[in-house]
Amino acid sequence: MCNQSVGLIQQRIEYAGITTVSISLLREITEKIRPPRALFVPYPLGYPLGEPNNSELQTRILRAAFSLLSRNDCPVLEMFTP
Amino acid sequence: MARLDDVDLVERLFLKGYPFHKYSPRSGDPVATAVTPLHKPLSACTVALVTTAGLSLPDQPPFDVTIKMGESSFREFPADTAPQLLEMNQRSWSFDQTGILRDRNLAFPLDRLREMQQRGEIGAIAPHHYSFMGSIVGPRKLMTVSAPEVAHRLREDHVDVVLLTPV
Repeated sequence: MCNQSVGLIQQRIEYAGITTVSISLLREITEKIRPPRALFVPYPLGYPLGEPNNSELQTRILRAAFSLLSRNDCPVLEMFTP
Repeated sequence: MARLDDVDLVERLFLKGYPFHKYSPRSGDPVATAVTPLHKPLSACTVALVTTAGLSLPDQPPFDVTIKMGESSFREFPADTAPQLLEMNQRSWSFDQTGILRDRNLAFPLDRLREMQQRGEIGAIAPHHYSFMGSIVGPRKLMTVSAPEVAHRLREDHVDVVLLTPV
């Protein structure tokens, strides 16, 4: 349900005039909700930024997510490749 | 990689029958299909975090995990919050919470944002960040009240970019 909630919140922030991107842990659900920009990451539920105390991986995921901000062919759903 | 099959059986059966189509965007729905292009480089943008990890500060009321359809309220954190001080309340036990308990940046990467700001990759860190508790089965109030309220506050703070994270 978290992935649905993220998408629904994201749509309302984007509608308010702010550019958004989200992390997705469950591709099936993000495909249904279709938020403007999402990066699907291949990690378990509870691990959206990959691994605890792995700042290098966390930063790479953030950069990959932020790289989608320039995309306006929404909904964008890309896969993060570690 | 997380798949629906990873979710425990009771929750998976629930998700299989859940009417996601009710909340999927209909064509022409101005809210659900809105696109806001970014008009400046990330290095000039103010960035905020919004998570559904159910985080709260020790002096804030925790999320009420007993509300059956899900709690749609949110908690606001100032930019100088130490992520590791945040407490986690979750209605859903279908995910492994131990990672976030070891490192809150796993869902609320405020320390990573600070590093990116110091390196000049992002322009500024927003004055406020937000957490919801994500397991909301009946999201109507989330969609009509609390998410628009957070969007309004982000606008007041002149935020350019929001990163959202589920758990």
